[in-house]
Amino acid sequence: MSTWARIKRHKVSYLFIAPFGILFFTFTVIPVLVAMVLSFTNFNMLQAPSFVGWSNYIRLFLEDEVFLIAIKNTFIFASITGPLSYLACFLVAWLINELKPWLRAILTLLFYAPAISGKAYYIWTIIFSGDTYGILNANLLYWGIIDRPIQWLNDPAFIMPITILVVLWMSLGTSFLVFIAGLQGIDHRLYEAGAIDGIRHRWQELWHLTIPMMRGYLMFGAIMAITNSFTIFNEIRDLTGFPSTDYAAHTIIQALQDHGSIRFEMGYASAIAVVLFLTMLTIQRVVQKLLNRVGGGQ
Amino acid sequence: MMKFSLTKRRVSRSFGGDLFIFVILAMMAAFMAIPMVLAISNAFKPLNEFFLFPPRLIVRNPTMDNFLNLFTIMGGSWVPLSRYLLNSLIIVFFGTAGNVLFASLAAYAISKHKFPGANLFMGMIVLSLMFAREVTSIPNYVIIASFGWINSYWAVIVPSWGSTLGLYLMKNFIDAMIPDSLLEAARIDGASEWRIFWQLVMPIVKPAWLTMIILLFQELWRTTGGNFIYSEELRTLPSALGQIVSGGVARQGVGAAVILLMMLIPIIVFLINQSRILETMGTSGMAN
Repeated sequence: MSTWARIKRHKVSYLFIAPFGILFFTFTVIPVLVAMVLSFTNFNMLQAPSFVGWSNYIRLFLEDEVFLIAIKNTFIFASITGPLSYLACFLVAWLINELKPWLRAILTLLFYAPAISGKAYYIWTIIFSGDTYGILNANLLYWGIIDRPIQWLNDPAFIMPITILVVLWMSLGTSFLVFIAGLQGIDHRLYEAGAIDGIRHRWQELWHLTIPMMRGYLMFGAIMAITNSFTIFNEIRDLTGFPSTDYAAHTIIQALQDHGSIRFEMGYASAIAVVLFLTMLTIQRVVQKLLNRVGGGQ
Repeated sequence: MMKFSLTKRRVSRSFGGDLFIFVILAMMAAFMAIPMVLAISNAFKPLNEFFLFPPRLIVRNPTMDNFLNLFTIMGGSWVPLSRYLLNSLIIVFFGTAGNVLFASLAAYAISKHKFPGANLFMGMIVLSLMFAREVTSIPNYVIIASFGWINSYWAVIVPSWGSTLGLYLMKNFIDAMIPDSLLEAARIDGASEWRIFWQLVMPIVKPAWLTMIILLFQELWRTTGGNFIYSEELRTLPSALGQIVSGGVARQGVGAAVILLMMLIPIIVFLINQSRILETMGTSGMAN
């Protein structure tokens, strides 16, 4: 059958995707393509963009020292929060899936609450506040562990670890919820059949039955973990200020915001976005390869 | 075996494993819960308790002062609080409804109709998830302005209909939960695709679109209207309350009250949906 004949046969399918497709092209695809073109220009949003070839990219890697710090920080930050939050989402979802429904409902809310609660993470600025009223400082002073308050959120030595801690605290979000729903959807007859076929303990069951059934959701979760760990911005800004002391928590997305929304160098900011996009894409491809291997020889 | 058990017992479960799980979960639960307890408790603290040494986790003399102060502050603004709330609700409701509808339709076709271009379309959706929104905001602004939507609800609502995360999520659920044989049977019975979608697919994937509602609600509830809406009477609750939170120590109590109010509504929406998700799972026969 020719392609045209197949397209005609699937008329209805195209009607189904048409509304979303139009919205997707208008508000996502076109803006992304425009941004990619802008990355080769000099554009300050007042004058028309002028073509500058690769110079934005050359400047990024050869001249912009802050950007190199941002790359380093991003990789430290993402390589810790990405895998940890991903594993936490799956393991917690898997563990509470075993519980009685009432207990599962309570724990789901408890674990999910920090992610859903908007600006509840502000509480960490009170915990790590640099004055003596800060919860941590006050307690350490009270117990005589330190003799003067520590500037937790302004001291480059503490900024990154604290940011990571807070981000992990609110990391049981979308993927966690999706994993729970996915696990709930697995047919229990599969496990009964598995037990008859010689599955002995829960880890075997997890590896041979649960993970293969969850593969689609696991890929979804991986993409969420990658995008979250590479593009988290508001939380870091609200915790450490913008930019943070000595750029200790300056990540690629912060560099992007700095050039895009503050200095109005849209061409340069677009080049940063393209670099970030290619980085995330590469990692996603690697993760996809890994995920195709887990779950015992499928 | 234990008489009182917190888990549904299965043959492949050991007591040691159960114990291990409870210890891990309890530790994580404490880490998650303590800051939340502090956040809630702070909203009820009178001003002097913010300056106690050492500070206390739980409020000693709970008061509603912070909430009263908040309403006094808001009462002074020329746009009433109820108007901000209404704006937020309009945006959240229409944004969520449109995205669930359009994304589900597309997800069903992509997942179950093997039409030319389906994989390409899905590939583009996944790629788009990895492109930073900060730089697309300028082209987006130009597009939205060309439709004449600046300073109206549409500027926020219509783009949210095309949000890709929901489609990706829905496609995964349809892949996993709807067997092709079921659709074949319905087609042999002469059901149209439209009817199959509404009467067969959507009821089965109810947990998926309830999850989508939670996610979108959460996303849109946070929106301030950003650069698109500048009239104060069209702005949203987060934009009105946002300024109060960043007010320093003196405003700490009011700030805590704002944070509590803002988190209460997504949590209520989550709880309603979550109980319906569990209910669907229980009755559809998939769980057991």
